[in-house]
Amino acid sequence: MRSTAHAFKENARTAMADPDLTKALTKFKTGFPLKRAQAVAALPEFEALRDAGKAIKDHTLAHLDLYLEVFEQNVRARGGHVHWARTAAEAKEIILRLCREAGAKMVTKGKSMVSEEVGLNTALEAEGLEVVETDLGEYILQIRKEAPSHIIAPALHLSKEQVADDFRRVHTHLASDRKLSEPADLLTEARVLLRDKFLNAEVGITGANFLIAETGSTVIVTNEGNGDLTQTLAKTHIVLTSIEKVVPTLEDASTLLRLLARSATGQEFSTYTTFSTGPRRADDLDGPEAFHVVLLDNGRSALLGTEMQEALRCIRCGACMNHCPVYHAVGGHAYGWVYPGPIGAVVDPALLGIAEARHLPNASTFCGRCESVCPVRIPLPKLMRLWREKEFEGKLSPPAQRWGLGVWAFVARRPGLYRLATGLGMRVLGMAGAKRGRFRSLPLAGAWTAARDFPAPAGKTFQELYKARRTGVHHG
Amino acid sequence: MADDARSGILGTIRRAVEGQRDEAAARAAVADRLARHARNVIPLRAQLPPAQQVELFQRMAQAVGATVELVTDPARVPHMAADYLSNHNLPARVRVAPDPLLQSLPWDRRPMLEVAFGRATADDQTSLTTAVAGVAETGTLMLASGPDQATTLAFLPTNHVVLLPLSRLVGTYEEGWDMLRARGRGQPRTVNFVTGPSRTADIEQTPQVHAHGPGRLHILLLADM
Ligand code: SF4
Repeated sequence: MRSTAHAFKENARTAMADPDLTKALTKFKTGFPLKRAQAVAALPEFEALRDAGKAIKDHTLAHLDLYLEVFEQNVRARGGHVHWARTAAEAKEIILRLCREAGAKMVTKGKSMVSEEVGLNTALEAEGLEVVETDLGEYILQIRKEAPSHIIAPALHLSKEQVADDFRRVHTHLASDRKLSEPADLLTEARVLLRDKFLNAEVGITGANFLIAETGSTVIVTNEGNGDLTQTLAKTHIVLTSIEKVVPTLEDASTLLRLLARSATGQEFSTYTTFSTGPRRADDLDGPEAFHVVLLDNGRSALLGTEMQEALRCIRCGACMNHCPVYHAVGGHAYGWVYPGPIGAVVDPALLGIAEARHLPNASTFCGRCESVCPVRIPLPKLMRLWREKEFEGKLSPPAQRWGLGVWAFVARRPGLYRLATGLGMRVLGMAGAKRGRFRSLPLAGAWTAARDFPAPAGKTFQELYKARRTGVHHG
Repeated sequence: MADDARSGILGTIRRAVEGQRDEAAARAAVADRLARHARNVIPLRAQLPPAQQVELFQRMAQAVGATVELVTDPARVPHMAADYLSNHNLPARVRVAPDPLLQSLPWDRRPMLEVAFGRATADDQTSLTTAVAGVAETGTLMLASGPDQATTLAFLPTNHVVLLPLSRLVGTYEEGWDMLRARGRGQPRTVNFVTGPSRTADIEQTPQVHAHGPGRLHILLLADM
């Protein structure tokens, strides 16, 4: 996926002027947090599970080389293949080759953020392959030629009317006056259409939420069942995933699964959690004849042993963005790359380079909600601050922005002014634990919300837009 | 190039982690963790006496839109399957997993019901399978591929009926893994945890049932103990 992270400010401005997006985000910012809160309240062990989840990931990362070797060995022992890719380019090359070897004309895909990261679809299409996204949200985005705006709810930013228009535009073989006014109409149309693709694809590509060293299994978690049809009906199943997804045992995966759905959608458990191990066995009745796992690094291993290592615990649940006031204001596209929200602000600079993604670690109010909900306790605000310091030290900041930080420091020492400047109010300041005395030492927080740092269209400041958003009033 | 990538990635990882660990101790820790596959935090909710476990399973499965019925006599299953189909105005045809338990049922008592064993095809509207385990914690079914169970049966048909003997009902996922390990056939190609019928909320965050997998999940709890 091509990044526009460098244009975060312009992207954010455009986003805040989009009424459809505003409407979607208004629903989103209460819906997801409420469902998560209910699921967490129903499980008294949730905090203990978070500690356990963090411990599993820390242990695995400290022994990552060893667990990856065991994983590889166990995939092979069951007849599967493991391919290592240092870069996006290597990953694409491997998958292209596997598709050619499989004689593929059509490839179905389950939702995979790593495949967005490497820009897989474009590469396959350039070779003449038909690539079909089968997750409903991803399918909609594919026909719109758009990127996902959220890692688990990719088409969050769209209205059903927009989707209906796209279906009419693309599904020209269907009666033009058919009813498409309800989400159910759209779902039925997509299901029927995609069923045909599942049945005819030669290769099915999925991502993985976890890899299990003990058994050499890859794990996908879905609600729609599209990933399962993708990987069961095609002759070749390719899993594109990244190295930090490995965990030691099925028990460890079970612990993380207790955290994942509750954190992501507020479900007790997702509808389908599937463990895939090798190709079909000799006496199996169905399943793929070939099983390939592509392990992507793409900058992750370089984070090990650094203060950024903690970001590698991420299980991509989306809770941090679901609870982020900045994401709530601007949506996912503004971030300009695959991973939006707080986790994007931390990993995008690592994967894209700080020069490209330098604005993202600034896209924070440092309210601390992301860290307070992260199932594996990643200290997201701290890591964003580290990037900012790196960037500042490297003198990457344009002079105006460095000057802007000075303005921020002045404002930040005066809580009244700070409130006005950020529009966040005491509630959020209280949540951040920022007492007047300690506030002084909060390094570099919130500068991006200062007016000077955030040029707004038509004479409006970011705060004014932000406030309008928060009160649900849209000024066009 | 492939070898370069592998050694490159593993090399970077090693340089980062090796300074922080004792190599022999690290290898021993990894081997031990894999061999013991110890359980981590287990929710109290799932540690219940059997009767309450059945109640929890039923409640959790229903909460996600599955329907649950109790069966005391396996010979009743063909009737229940046939009645289920006619209640939903479905053709009297069912694709059944070639599981010994399902093959042993007296299908001839419902001669109008068309029964075929094997994997699902695109035209099958209804399937019947068993499950390796039922997990009360979240009302989850654990299915494993093999000569007696085809993965397609749980995804292609619109209606999925599952016969779950109560002897296979457990509290947690971890107990499910132990049941699978106890079969001694190794890790199957596919293990599916199924919790309710398929769903999506991808359009306007509106929850909808019946995405790509089944739109109905019906669980027959067979009292075999
Ligand atoms: S950083 Fe934490 S909250 Fe955010 S996606 Fe990753 S695991 Fe979830």
